[in-house]
Amino acid sequence: MTDNTDNLETAAHPENLRRVAIDPVSRVEGHGKVTLLLDENDHVHQVRLHIVEFRGFEKFIQGRPYWEAPVMVQRLCGICPVSHHIAASKAMDMIVGATITPTAEKVRRLMHYGQILQSHALHFFHLCSPDLLFGFDSDVAKRNIVGIAAAYPELAKQGVLLRKYGQEVIRVTAGKRIHGTGSIPGGVNKNVSIEERNYLLLDIERTIAWSREAVDIARKLFEQNLDLYNNFGTFKTHTLNLVRADGALDLYHGGLRARDLNGATLFDHYDYSHYWDVIFEDVKPWSYMKFPFLRSLGPEQGWYRVGPLSRVTQCDFIPTPLAEEQRKAFMAFNGGSATRATLGFHWARMIEMLHAAEVIQELLHDPDLQGDDLVNIGKRQERGVGVIEAPRGTLIHHYKVDEHDQIVRCNLIVSTTHNNQAMNEAIRQVARQYIDGRKLTEGLLNHIEVAIRAFDPCLSCATHALGKMPLEVELLDVEGGQVDVLARSSDGRFG
Amino acid sequence: MKSGSARHGGRSPPYQNTMTAPILTFAVGNESRGDDALAPLLVRSLEGRAETAGRVELLEDYQLQVEHVTDLSGRSAVLFVDADISCAEPFHFSEIAAAHDNSYTSHAMTPFALLHTYRQVYGTDAPPAFLLRIRGYDFELGNPLSDRAAANLEAATKLVRELCAEADLPRWRACLPDR
Repeated sequence: MTDNTDNLETAAHPENLRRVAIDPVSRVEGHGKVTLLLDENDHVHQVRLHIVEFRGFEKFIQGRPYWEAPVMVQRLCGICPVSHHIAASKAMDMIVGATITPTAEKVRRLMHYGQILQSHALHFFHLCSPDLLFGFDSDVAKRNIVGIAAAYPELAKQGVLLRKYGQEVIRVTAGKRIHGTGSIPGGVNKNVSIEERNYLLLDIERTIAWSREAVDIARKLFEQNLDLYNNFGTFKTHTLNLVRADGALDLYHGGLRARDLNGATLFDHYDYSHYWDVIFEDVKPWSYMKFPFLRSLGPEQGWYRVGPLSRVTQCDFIPTPLAEEQRKAFMAFNGGSATRATLGFHWARMIEMLHAAEVIQELLHDPDLQGDDLVNIGKRQERGVGVIEAPRGTLIHHYKVDEHDQIVRCNLIVSTTHNNQAMNEAIRQVARQYIDGRKLTEGLLNHIEVAIRAFDPCLSCATHALGKMPLEVELLDVEGGQVDVLARSSDGRFG
Repeated sequence: MKSGSARHGGRSPPYQNTMTAPILTFAVGNESRGDDALAPLLVRSLEGRAETAGRVELLEDYQLQVEHVTDLSGRSAVLFVDADISCAEPFHFSEIAAAHDNSYTSHAMTPFALLHTYRQVYGTDAPPAFLLRIRGYDFELGNPLSDRAAANLEAATKLVRELCAEADLPRWRACLPDR
């Protein structure tokens, strides 16, 4: 770890500082907590994003028969179960020695792009739009989707219906709304019938049209607030993502591409089945979440960013026409400033949503979806790795299975873990820009949350029981005594 | 569990259900998170039973989200079932109304916020809605249902069977604790 006060990771003398906690961060998945250490003049000395997460995922999977994995892993996360379902299925394809059939791959792709669509729609329309449309420190009573619905009713409605469309794609392809069994080791257990295809085709034109409008909104927000969007929490970083063999954006399959902070290629089309040769995970004593890094650069310098911003900026092209047109505009805008900006995530995410809608349309017209060749099995293997680009970024599933068909080892590197250091860097940058030397207000603290939300992190525990998830912001004096406290209840009310 | 039915024709507003059971029982929870399994287990115990046949649709999801408003349309009544870490034992049954709470800003909406979203999407009030909170204690990944929660589930299931058998709003309201 770094003991460098300049980078705000670890204060030199924390005992003399007061602590402010944002716990949990709202409008992100699951539990996250940010702590800031401030001196008596409100100068920031330390900023950390903590993940208050139970790291029992791997243990939960161990000991189960391998064919159960694609279903069981969906219970890890109530937010992106389909991503885990597909990543585990790809790993199990290796275990059963399968090269899957065209029908199986296309049904899985359809499911995956349905997940991308619904996840990106929820994030933009319902979780981020209050900040983006009203302002980061606007009236907190208005800065939520109720305010959006009042001021922009059509937008709020589109968000609901885009989300529903993505969920319908998932239901059709996975067989059920949740606990889907559509994807299995070696393929899928059902195709898409003509009737199902026709049902999904009913709304695809509207879905594409609304996605185009969403890209326009994201672009205009950037244009109209250029200084803010260019500089807010912005920093230089390496990137990691999958790309297709021809360099195209591909969210289902490809090789790993890593570029350094100046855009130079570190590795390209790397076979992810040996990801551990290029990616390693560091641990830090203050965080439950690991800190992955590129081995060639080491833990201090090798951290990177994944997700929509990396994917859209690092692919060579997007293989659907409308999204490709938008990618070119995004890359060219203001000398490429959006490609480096933390708030550029939102624009990139909407380009991906448009791409997902276009891919869904293409697939729905592909007769392979109605094929009957669903499963392929080959020579049984001991180890399987599945990697996809989930809505939030690269998702790695790695399993070892013994001769009794039981999973004996499992390693998951989820998108949010890849982005751990990058998110910490973003909030430290925001703390320097907006918090340092100023009296704290809810609006200023929300700036920290805005930076985290740009990454759309999933800190999910999938436990949502009523009565949980309170938020408490504590102000402590130098002796650790409580000066003030602001509490937010499970329904989001402050009191 | 049945999948949500969906109309295949043009729609305004979209995804409005047209051939749905009059009663929706919507369970929220994750069966692999200890007592978070309470609601899913309850609705699964109702599958195929005479009390629900033809009148009650049983749905479940990990958490409530905005798109679930489309499941509410065309119903006579909706019953949300969820685990609760702080309600009275063994359960708490209440009639609920739309409310502006800030769970809109999370990935796990409250039933109150969902009813409010319904009004925004469909332009009318949501059907009468009720919430059954079942007391849970342990929500860790991989843990089974706790013994105490299992006892609460048994009591809650008895109530829901009675509600489904009646499927009648005055009778449901008569079961509210303050009546």
